[in-house]
Amino acid sequence: MKITVLAVDDSRTMRDMIRLALTPAGFSVHVAEDGVDGLEVLEGLEPDAIITDINMPRMDGFGFIDAVRSQEDHRATPILVLTTESAPELKMRARSAGATGWIVKPFDPAKLIKALQMVTG
Amino acid sequence: MSDPMDPMTEIRASFFIECEELLEALQDGLTQLEEGGGDSETINVVFRAVHSIKGGAGAFGLEALVRFAHRYETVLDEVRSNRFSPDHEALKLFFQAADHLSDLVRACRDDQPLPEETSTALLDELDMLLGDTVEEEVAPQEFTPLGVSLELPDLDLPSDLPAIPAWQVRFKPAFELYETGNEPQMLLRNLCELGAAVVTCDTGALPGLVDLKPETPYLAWTIRLEAEVDEAEIRGIFEFVEGLCELEVSSFSPDASDTAPTAAPAAAPSSPVAEVIPLPPAPVATSDTAPSPTSDAATQRAGGLGIASAKSVVRVDLERIERLVNLVGELVINQAMLSQSLESAGLSPHSDAMNGLEEFQRLTRDIQDSVMMIRAQPVKSLFQRMSRIVREASAAVDKEVRLVTEGEATEVDKTVIERLADPLTHMIRNAVDHGLESAELRAAAGKPAEGQVRLTAAHRSGRVVIEVADDGGGINRPKVLEIAVAKGLVPGDVTLSDNEIDNLLFLPGFSTAGKVSNLSGRGVGMDVVKTSIQQLGGRISITSERNRGTTFTISLPLTLAVLDGMVVDVAGETLVLPLNVVVETLSLGRDDVQMLRPGAHVVRVRGGFVPIYDLGAMLGYRATRSDYSGCIVLLISLDDGSRAALVIDGIQDQRQVVIKGLDDSFYRAPGIAAATILGDGQIALILDPADIIAGAGPIRGPDRSLMEKRVEHG
Repeated sequence: MKITVLAVDDSRTMRDMIRLALTPAGFSVHVAEDGVDGLEVLEGLEPDAIITDINMPRMDGFGFIDAVRSQEDHRATPILVLTTESAPELKMRARSAGATGWIVKPFDPAKLIKALQMVTG
Repeated sequence: MSDPMDPMTEIRASFFIECEELLEALQDGLTQLEEGGGDSETINVVFRAVHSIKGGAGAFGLEALVRFAHRYETVLDEVRSNRFSPDHEALKLFFQAADHLSDLVRACRDDQPLPEETSTALLDELDMLLGDTVEEEVAPQEFTPLGVSLELPDLDLPSDLPAIPAWQVRFKPAFELYETGNEPQMLLRNLCELGAAVVTCDTGALPGLVDLKPETPYLAWTIRLEAEVDEAEIRGIFEFVEGLCELEVSSFSPDASDTAPTAAPAAAPSSPVAEVIPLPPAPVATSDTAPSPTSDAATQRAGGLGIASAKSVVRVDLERIERLVNLVGELVINQAMLSQSLESAGLSPHSDAMNGLEEFQRLTRDIQDSVMMIRAQPVKSLFQRMSRIVREASAAVDKEVRLVTEGEATEVDKTVIERLADPLTHMIRNAVDHGLESAELRAAAGKPAEGQVRLTAAHRSGRVVIEVADDGGGINRPKVLEIAVAKGLVPGDVTLSDNEIDNLLFLPGFSTAGKVSNLSGRGVGMDVVKTSIQQLGGRISITSERNRGTTFTISLPLTLAVLDGMVVDVAGETLVLPLNVVVETLSLGRDDVQMLRPGAHVVRVRGGFVPIYDLGAMLGYRATRSDYSGCIVLLISLDDGSRAALVIDGIQDQRQVVIKGLDDSFYRAPGIAAATILGDGQIALILDPADIIAGAGPIRGPDRSLMEKRVEHG
């Protein structure tokens, strides 16, 4: 069964990279440009996992995770944070917002896939 | 990377395009900050721009770019978090860093050698800027390439452990583990994939059904694992839940088996509900479904990138647009031919065919406009490049200069924008170097020390007008004249109007700078600027006021492909004049024309006098007429506000013509801008009225200038 992933990142390059990494591996990838956009795309979509950046305009990753977690449908959806930040306090912030995992950019496609498979089963 | 069809190449190209956008946003943000405008979001945008460039650069292994962007970003982060508030000098440095960042981006894009020295120098300055505000020099650990910290079982590490080492893992999730969307079942399954596992579930903490709170974790697991892995690998599986669970990993050896962990059996001996889940040692088919993306990426490209995106923008090869533009051009010509042949076939203007043709004409024009719109781009990117030129130029001559831009959203044909860069750069350098006075002179003239260069763009009656204005000392006309005479460009006894003197600057071989400065005086004069503008079908004019400054005005056609033209007859030749210069047409009566002297006539137009130019004579088709009465003249208005009356023999038509550039093998004929193909297949020359008049103008014949002067005052 195809794993559906929503990738939220304000960088087009990053979105392309994620898509390029995941699509050939059999994932179905949806993208959004920031938190606000992400929530819009999420409506009517039931992704098996969400990948999100932290630094984004309009609504950043923390706000996005928070908003996703507050929705009954997505309370248990795995959310991977994909960002260049690796500061432990930011990691903790993301976790307390409800992030499932943390991957530091630049990412290795194989590892992203592995991580997604780990959280989606 | 060399394979053009490689999706990575494509994304890389797209990354550099995105970089350009980000650099633009960066410039914008910095400009806003510099002008004192901008709020917290402005610095966020600036930060994010650098941040995103860093992110992408990391993905492509562009280390130098990552390094620079990272340190730059660190400083910007200090500003963002209000720990450092940049002053004028700091902003200047930010601009330099932004410029350098764009250099790095372009160098990376074009595989050019990187300007490492500048990087180091700028980075040192950036570091100095912060001084002690950041004590810990941010450790580069943030940028270990491929920084996913997941340890994966495919490492195949050589191990000192016995043939198949055994591990005992105890795992008890905390409440938060569920809150973050983690799932123990997944973790267990992943663990089991490592090797042969026996999983025991400890249900000792499970209360009775009445007391059970469904959201509270009660279960714990003990896993005995036989696998060729080390402890880090096992812990790697629990990386995401670190701190969200109790986790013990210990090496399991037969003799330690009874001492091995677990308080569980002891804690709950009375509840032997322990459940043993035998799980297959082999993965459940994950590695098979996850082929290496690098090998498959290329082959699956077609399906790979086509997923719907929120906003759809199509990037099209310019060549394809060029082709479309050319085809539309042909369509216009074809349509004109068709309409001509229908007319000559004697069809009534009210016939269905003619009506249909009219519709066709309208559609053609719409298509043409739409196609032109594809090529149109805002001049913003061009203007931003100029702000860098100003910064560099002002630093080189040690002047404080501020660039003010206006009308950045004005759209101009892409080719025009590209070809404007060089002349505009030259003009901006000139303005900074020659136009603006030194700080002392400015102070003496009661002006602010900071000079100003204004760069504006606007649409004006079907053309794009770009102005470069400085608030400097204005043109030193006596000196200009002196130089022109000394260089033999004009006779020593010539009398010229101010405007004519100003225009001397455009003469080849003219250079006002007493000595060649290291900035603008590189042997490229304003004549080269003028030529490049003319090649774009544009014109350049100059106005200057003593102590108030100098303004160069460039007027360009919106597009290089079509022109609204007036088709006229002159001495049996068919010529096209740009319609937008034509103000009105007049039929001359005997009393309208007055002779100033033989060969110099003026026409009276509503109380004013306008000089008459006989096109037929000026283009060398025939001798000058002695009597203009009964002639048709086109009253034209030029960009500099002057007017002229062009004598023609008759008007054929007003219509859109497709501009066909004259081949380079033709020498540049004065007054001729280009050619076109008319409806009947005939080739007609397109005139440049301003050039014709300039050609007949004062510099070649001083007496004519006198005439014009008198006319102006008349």
